[in-house]
Amino acid sequence: MSLLQFFLNHRTEVIELMLEHLWMVGVSTLLAVIIGIPLGILLTRKPIFKRPVLGAANLVQTVPSLALFGLLLPIPFLGDRASRLAILALTLYALLPIIQNTYSGITNVDPAVVEAGRGMGMTDRQLLMRVQLPLALSVIVAGVRVATVISVGLATIAAAIGAGGLGEYIFRGLAMVNNQLILAGAIPAALLALLADFGIGLIEKALRPPAQEEA
Amino acid sequence: MAYCTEHETAPEARAPVTIEFRNVGYRAGQRMILQGLTLGIEQGETCVLLGRSGSGKTTTLKLINRLLDPSEGEVWVEGRQTRDWDPISLRRRIGYVIQEIGLFPHLTIGRNVGLVPELEGWPPDRIQDRVRDLLVRVGLDPALSSRYPRQLSGGQRQRVGVARALAADPPILLMDEPFGALDPITRSEIQQEFLRLRQAMHKTIVFVTHDLPEALLLGTRICLFDAGRLLGTYTPQDFMASRDPMALQYLAAFEGNPKLREGCA
Repeated sequence: MSLLQFFLNHRTEVIELMLEHLWMVGVSTLLAVIIGIPLGILLTRKPIFKRPVLGAANLVQTVPSLALFGLLLPIPFLGDRASRLAILALTLYALLPIIQNTYSGITNVDPAVVEAGRGMGMTDRQLLMRVQLPLALSVIVAGVRVATVISVGLATIAAAIGAGGLGEYIFRGLAMVNNQLILAGAIPAALLALLADFGIGLIEKALRPPAQEEA
Repeated sequence: MAYCTEHETAPEARAPVTIEFRNVGYRAGQRMILQGLTLGIEQGETCVLLGRSGSGKTTTLKLINRLLDPSEGEVWVEGRQTRDWDPISLRRRIGYVIQEIGLFPHLTIGRNVGLVPELEGWPPDRIQDRVRDLLVRVGLDPALSSRYPRQLSGGQRQRVGVARALAADPPILLMDEPFGALDPITRSEIQQEFLRLRQAMHKTIVFVTHDLPEALLLGTRICLFDAGRLLGTYTPQDFMASRDPMALQYLAAFEGNPKLREGCA
């Protein structure tokens, strides 16, 4: 049975697993954006938090993903549903690139532009909303892009704790020593990652402020 | 304290002091950047702060619009200590032009120029009129309004920077080496434009430069800085005749520059 045939025969299941996969990645990335961007902004305002926050986000990255999924299992409400756990773990992983890019995007805005804004009497909020965030947006989106691509890959491991997603095929294939089954999970996952990378890359490019070239 | 008299308008009427430094010092870490500065700047004068890099000129400027707070002494603007001013409303009354210009690359020229009026809540049609008027005043085509900063030349951008600083008609203008990065021809053009502009609007201007011909050309008074101290204040004529060693050094450095004579004529 060829891979193509497998997809045709199992199309509802494949689509279901893909949707599960996308749901986990989408929700976790959204949560990471909602938490990560404000945190990144906070770091630019209160540099004292920079080390602890980036340190913690970094620490999460060092925990092997399989271990993180396992470690979260005993958490009460979350442990009830494997997908909730998976989303939490993926959110934690996605935080670092988003916080880091938000921070560096804002701090790398041309200091002359910031000084001009401050000198003309912008409040900190106006400076942030009208100058720093618009100019940092493409860098922030680049962080979201990295987070999403990593997340698509990591979400395959969520199947290990029964959260579903394309990892199902991979783990089943591993257990049955069936390469075709592994590929049936791996290829759609890779395609999703590429698609996310390309799609968000387009957004990033559209948001990139044009370089200040000499006329 | 010696105040310079206006040599362009009636010299007998002494204008009120708009900006005053009272024994001001500024420390960054262990280093004293500025010390013992006592200086009064009168309404309507163009006070040029002249000195080499690191002499404290820019620090002096930033103490006026409260981008910095003095470590010692007091800075008074329009009869109030800067510490007692809300920094936002203080800065809205003070135009600020820097060498790097700092135009907002993501906003059109029109929105760059109209930003302070916008923040001040002017109605859009009034902002539009104001922007057009200002662009003409600084010698630019109002059609540039819809362009982006990157589409302009360096000289045009600096003119936009000046227009932006003038947008809400602030009584005070701070300029930090505004023409320093321009080529000599553009620079000379924009200096002449500046002189014309100044005639038309009565502003108190504090202008930082390290270029002596520029100081002599534009200043009604020159404050010579070195190593964080104010060495003295001069009218351009006095400066040319000064025997102060630092002033002599300056004159020697620019000796033979034909602009020197022209400036103080």
